[in-house]
Amino acid sequence: MIPDLLFLLFSAGILAGGALVAVGKNPMVGILGMLLAFLNASGLFILLGAEFLGLLIIMVYVGAVAVMFLFVLMTIDIDFAALREGWANYLPVGVLTVGGLATLLILAVQGQNFNLGTPVAPELLGAEAPQNIVALGQVLFTQYAVPFQVAGLLLLVAMVGAIGLTHRPRTDIKRQDVGQQVNRKRTEAMVLTNPKTGQGAFPDHWVGKGVKKGQK
Amino acid sequence: MLHITLAHVLTLSSLLLSLGVAGMVLNRRNIIAILMCLELVLLAVSINLIGTAHFRADLGGQVFSFFILTVAAAELAIGLAIVTLFFRNRGTINIDAADMMKG
Repeated sequence: MIPDLLFLLFSAGILAGGALVAVGKNPMVGILGMLLAFLNASGLFILLGAEFLGLLIIMVYVGAVAVMFLFVLMTIDIDFAALREGWANYLPVGVLTVGGLATLLILAVQGQNFNLGTPVAPELLGAEAPQNIVALGQVLFTQYAVPFQVAGLLLLVAMVGAIGLTHRPRTDIKRQDVGQQVNRKRTEAMVLTNPKTGQGAFPDHWVGKGVKKGQK
Repeated sequence: MLHITLAHVLTLSSLLLSLGVAGMVLNRRNIIAILMCLELVLLAVSINLIGTAHFRADLGGQVFSFFILTVAAAELAIGLAIVTLFFRNRGTINIDAADMMKG
């Protein structure tokens, strides 16, 4: 009884959040809708016995993803209303396509029992079952050890990629470069000249090397 | 009073996936909105997997959902970096501005 009510509550929250993302005019409203959807999804995951993932989704999505979206949204200066111009033109096609997709998917899953059969690992459920995080750790570090490492590598690559994409060397500021200073040669740092009387310190063959013609 | 079964969870995830696709169609020009809708679609997939894992008593679904979370985070970091770069070069995040490669 209580779990069923909670399921309905969380479902309503997820769908309301998703609707805010999909049709919200202001992207800030969209981000808040995304937060609503993910917080309710966290509750749903805990209800479905995935306590660790439920908490993880709060940490990753509410803690990192939403903040990252807000950060990007605040650093760029965009007239979002102009981007939405003409969205009503796509409304009929969108509603038709998406409505058809939803109807098909929902019809496909209605009244099925999916031949669930016997549980694959019954010792992982029930009163004697280990805590969700213990059970998850037991498979994650043994059976799925290699994919786990690959996932870590993927995050590393993503981090390097994000930094490498957005990094730009600033040319409008002066910065000390020790290597450049040490590697400077005598020949490019100074010029020895022996000007004749009345010629001045800037002879004609220097023109172009920081000396204007006729400079004395 | 209804009793929740796998079909209910799958219906929820179908609706969420459709909402995500609808958002992509409606916010066709706004890259940030499209990325947010992509997150909704991935969440729908995660709900699908975790629901199946629960009703089948198999931890594999949860592990796979865990990896989806990882991939979603990586994809988002790269995606937002590209959005920042695109905005720096073009001064807009309109997808119609990304037409340098049209033949």
